[in-house]
Amino acid sequence: MTMTPVVEVKNLKTYFNTPEGLGRAVDNVSFSIERGRTLALVGESGCGKSVTALSIIQLIPRPQGFIAGGEVLLNGRDIIPLGEREKRKIRGNKISMIFQEPMTSLNPVLTIGSQITEAIKLHQGKSSSEARAKAVDMLEKVRLPEPGRMFHEYPHRLSGGMRQRVMIAIALSCRPDLLIADEPTTALDVTIQAEILNLIKELQREISTAVLLITHNLAVVYRNAENVGVMYGGKIVEMAGVKTLFRNPMHPYTLKLLRCVPGMEKRGRMLDTIPGTVPPPTEFPEGCRFSGRCHREMEGCGTIEPALSEKENGHAAACHLYDPEFMNKPLSRPLLALESARPAPVNVPHEKRTTILEVQDLKYYYPVKKGVFKKTSGYLKAVDGISLTIKKGSTLALVGESGCGKTTAGKAMIQLLKPTGGTVVFDGKEVTGMTPRGIKPYRSLMQIIFQDPYSSLNPRLMVGEIIEEGLKSLRPEMDGKARREKLSRILDMVGLTPDMMRRYPHEFSGGQRQRIGIARVLVVDPRFIVCDEATSALDVSVQAQILNLLKSIQRDFGLSFLFITHDLSRVEYIADEVAVMYGGKIVERGTVEEIFSSPKDPYTVKLLSAVPRIETV
Amino acid sequence: MLNYIIRRVLYAVPIIIGVNLLTTLLFFYVNTPDDMARKILGEKNVTPALVEGWKKEHGYDLPVFVNPAQNGIGKVTRTIFFSKSVPLAWLDFGKSDRNNIDIAYEIKDRMWPSLAVALPTFAIGILVNLTLAMGLAFVRGTYLDLWGVVVCVIMMSVSTLFYIIGGQYIFGKLLVLSPISGYDTGGYAAKFVILPVVVGVISSVGSGVRFYRTVYLEELGKDYIRTARAKGLSETAVLFRHGLKNAMIPVLTNVVVSIPFLFYGSLLMESFFSIPGLGSFTIDAINAQDFAIVRAMVYLGSILYIAGLILTDISYTLVDPRITLE
Amino acid sequence: MPVILATDLIIYAVFLATVFLAFSAGRGDGYLKQVWRHIRKDRLAVASMLVLLAYGGVALMDSIRWRDPVVAEDGKMARTAEGEKIFSAEPLSLLDRALSGVKEKTEKTFSAPLARRLFVKETMEPQDGKAVGAGLQVIRDYPPLKYPGTHLLGTDKVGGDVLFASLKGIRTGVVIGTGTTVIIIPFAILFGVMAGYFGGVTDDVIQYVYTTLSSIPGVLLIVAFMLIFGGGGYEGGLVTERNLLWGFFVPGDRLFWLCVIMGITSWTDLCRIIRGETLKLRELEYVQAAKAFGVSRPRIIARHIVPNVMHLVLITLVLQFSGLVLAEAVLSYIGIGVSPQMGSWGNMINTARLELSREPAVWWNLASAFAFMFALVLPANIFGDAVRDALDPRLRMGRR
Repeated sequence: MTMTPVVEVKNLKTYFNTPEGLGRAVDNVSFSIERGRTLALVGESGCGKSVTALSIIQLIPRPQGFIAGGEVLLNGRDIIPLGEREKRKIRGNKISMIFQEPMTSLNPVLTIGSQITEAIKLHQGKSSSEARAKAVDMLEKVRLPEPGRMFHEYPHRLSGGMRQRVMIAIALSCRPDLLIADEPTTALDVTIQAEILNLIKELQREISTAVLLITHNLAVVYRNAENVGVMYGGKIVEMAGVKTLFRNPMHPYTLKLLRCVPGMEKRGRMLDTIPGTVPPPTEFPEGCRFSGRCHREMEGCGTIEPALSEKENGHAAACHLYDPEFMNKPLSRPLLALESARPAPVNVPHEKRTTILEVQDLKYYYPVKKGVFKKTSGYLKAVDGISLTIKKGSTLALVGESGCGKTTAGKAMIQLLKPTGGTVVFDGKEVTGMTPRGIKPYRSLMQIIFQDPYSSLNPRLMVGEIIEEGLKSLRPEMDGKARREKLSRILDMVGLTPDMMRRYPHEFSGGQRQRIGIARVLVVDPRFIVCDEATSALDVSVQAQILNLLKSIQRDFGLSFLFITHDLSRVEYIADEVAVMYGGKIVERGTVEEIFSSPKDPYTVKLLSAVPRIETV
Repeated sequence: MLNYIIRRVLYAVPIIIGVNLLTTLLFFYVNTPDDMARKILGEKNVTPALVEGWKKEHGYDLPVFVNPAQNGIGKVTRTIFFSKSVPLAWLDFGKSDRNNIDIAYEIKDRMWPSLAVALPTFAIGILVNLTLAMGLAFVRGTYLDLWGVVVCVIMMSVSTLFYIIGGQYIFGKLLVLSPISGYDTGGYAAKFVILPVVVGVISSVGSGVRFYRTVYLEELGKDYIRTARAKGLSETAVLFRHGLKNAMIPVLTNVVVSIPFLFYGSLLMESFFSIPGLGSFTIDAINAQDFAIVRAMVYLGSILYIAGLILTDISYTLVDPRITLE
Repeated sequence: MPVILATDLIIYAVFLATVFLAFSAGRGDGYLKQVWRHIRKDRLAVASMLVLLAYGGVALMDSIRWRDPVVAEDGKMARTAEGEKIFSAEPLSLLDRALSGVKEKTEKTFSAPLARRLFVKETMEPQDGKAVGAGLQVIRDYPPLKYPGTHLLGTDKVGGDVLFASLKGIRTGVVIGTGTTVIIIPFAILFGVMAGYFGGVTDDVIQYVYTTLSSIPGVLLIVAFMLIFGGGGYEGGLVTERNLLWGFFVPGDRLFWLCVIMGITSWTDLCRIIRGETLKLRELEYVQAAKAFGVSRPRIIARHIVPNVMHLVLITLVLQFSGLVLAEAVLSYIGIGVSPQMGSWGNMINTARLELSREPAVWWNLASAFAFMFALVLPANIFGDAVRDALDPRLRMGRR
């Protein structure tokens, strides 16, 4: 059965004028979506997915950005040449959009109701009371409790998930032909994420709208789309049905991307990585955009651009590998064995390990102040009596949604925050209640790696000074020469070169910054490291590099990790044991196998079932 | 809300005490009452007896902070600091040093001319500045916007004195459209008020328009504006319905705090245009070195400032649903 | 015999700081280099900077001064009974000396710019033939200037050169504009960082102090302070032994006190900004990391907090500059600013403001004071914006 597509994008080009030059953010992108179907655009940050979305709804930030060519056909009519008035009739009516950040996407000073009725009144010419009834109906459809009351509520009273429901209500109130969902769940907790995606799917079926789903999460694609386009460097490099693509990825980038994602089935092996980082749109290479990072690169890939063409039934890829003319060309680099072929270091069997950290009934309370004299009226129990043990050379993952107290717990364990109660015993010594002087020897043994590669490095210090700081503070007896030797050894180990010591953090990419953060910690010879969402801000391919690095330093130094994260795929891959945290308490503890195969606590069950998975790989 | 206001008022008490401590320190400790007496009575033929008499008459014959001659509570109460500060609580400012006029009476009398000039300047100024700023925001990125900002920077680089002297010269002397200076009561005040108001508004345009434009453009860069555009709203609806109310929040911080000061007048305007308000009252006191009046005005100023802060907080709750005072 | 005023030290400090900033922006690849790269792209900002540097140069010339030995009538150095040299009471700056020709060639009264005759008619004896021919003994006419062509911008009421007076105003403007902030910077950083970093009672006390200070109307605080402290010190012009410390240093001139008190009134803003920024920085991960390394608090403050608030200090310095220059004129007008012996645009405006109502109007005095002030404030505003944009992209404002 062939249907006429609702939306057809042909050779779309959207360029940006930047101080660094012309950025070809979207370059010759074509695809189409049929009624009731979902196309996912997937790729790492900076590959042009969001710009594609904004080009379709004609909201490119001007004057820097402009559409340099191509057509966007909505029901067969090109909307690019239309006047602004005509475009406004389409926006919010025929094409509507949901954005990534629910917390900032709603106007804080207008009620939910008025923000929904606005679009209804504008596009459907309804009276206020009709629009109101319609809005309440929409609020009910997106399953917000008490729609009548919700209508008069302001956005700040709603949680992120609820706000995203409101955004969906606004977007679908005029029954659009196309709904663009730009990373609709990235900012949300994993349990909410599944609910929101299901809601979109259900409403899509009801009004049979086409959906363009933009995401960086391959598992979300697998669960929620029929067709998928993989974007890299402003181009679609591979396009296929979801099942086909995941079963048989053709483009080397897609292949690598799938192998980068951590998961249960990759335990015991290293993750595949893509060398380097995604280039910014002003610095895309000549020829194939992926050249320079590709493991199958051949002579000519760096000069001749491959076109996207159908290779098999409905499966298109833009790669010279499938090009008869390139069949016998030599590779530009020797084909290395995939890293995933390498086994990850085997750890000491779990039972035989000794305990390095023992936490008993740890509490951290924030005082809540109220009244005329700001008296402490109560406490916010961020961490409410958690107990756990971490074995030498092993990894414990602390998982839970945002605000469950996992980061606070991690900081309290290494005495970065002074616990309100409970004890922490490190290697047989109680470290809680120590004086600042007494704790100092333990500062080098217990360390922390932070999430944000940008705010974790002081921008005014050179990299060398940053890494040296811990040594200077904790090993004052060490002389300059010994320090420098140690520094260059550690830099080498984390994959940085000694000349980088005299440079400033702003000159480095996110992944490199995270390596600097790891080097800073390793240099003081820690035994136990808290990794606080240490890879959450990174692209998948870079995350794999960092996870591999963490694994290998764990082996080389016999380190123990407390791995704080909200992403369960990382947990499955890297952890030995898991503790699930909810509302300041640990609701379930066990080995990865126990927890993932037979969870007992209802919250754990809900958490695990909410995680999207790719089953074909 | 009430709870919050009570707390703010209570919090104001130590601040007001601090202000009085500072003025007392400056006027009675660094500069002694004897110095004042000699200045007021004339440096030349002054006798110690005259000085003592003057001090007694004005209540300056007490020790400044602690009175060792008294017992118990009197050690603190029988002092200049206590006797001059406490009556301020019920707005009793005492008498002036030089002519023995009742300062409170004078303030009540003179605040109306101040208000007559300051209120229109304030209201028209905000209206003009906001309108121009929104106009620039509407045409943002164009040459009109660019030149608008250039004109703003030029206008804010010109001294207020230039606007005043220039205004008086052009409107008063060359065109004879209005009196150069002076004041009259009742309806006749209008013709005297026009020129200072026009000059006041013009001198505020440069920095005002630029500030509001920045605030407004910052709002227009927010995510919810993109949502509004994605709904298909027209540019006017986006700017007014979505942008304006949000932009009002930072504007309020700057504006509301100065509302109580409208009574306070402007030293510069009032002295140039001979408006018999509180500003010129203060200037005259400065020139006459009448510290009782200066002290009263300092006290009045700090009370108005604190009132302005409280008003600002209250006004937030009116435009921003996220803020509730508790 | 050199004479150094307290305010000269401010000028020297600003000069050294400028040299230091220029030097560190020129080499290495640090933060300042990035900032300079950003500013350099803006041609208007660079032009403004050149104008500011020119003003700074004049101010510096006017801040290097010494007293000449008095030469007795016999051509020898005049000496005291003890045999020490006697020095003139009037210290002359480099600027005074460079322009001594203009300074000393005074006319009788007003003359318009580039005029050949005075602006006011005088009764005088006829000097040329035609008046004699008319048989008049005395006539009323505009007398010719003593030094025609010298006074590019005319002369004031007492015949002084207006251009020279305007140039003398530069030092005052620059001192007020920079000195006020320079004096308070150490205190604002110290208290702002302490309040933000330590919190608790320290924060409460510091907040209390600055709320109290900012609740007093600034002008009145300045008035009170100047009435009490402003008198008695050196006010410009001749120095007496009473003003001098160690024979060459003038510790507290009136202009210096003006900077101090204006600093106290504007201190609160900078302190509040630094406190807010410190509160944010304190929670940042690199500060947390330093804590996890057991780095001491003074060291965290010195390495991680202070360097990261310095950009706010620089922004405040350049942004307050123009407002302070304008404020000086207003204060001098009210009569609590710079003393009349020390040239300033405010004083020029104050003495000349009634000259517009003369018939015909005398405009060049006012015009020249306003023009010189405008030519300083406008580039300061433009350059200030550029510096702010470069230092703190979040606060981007104004021209783009």
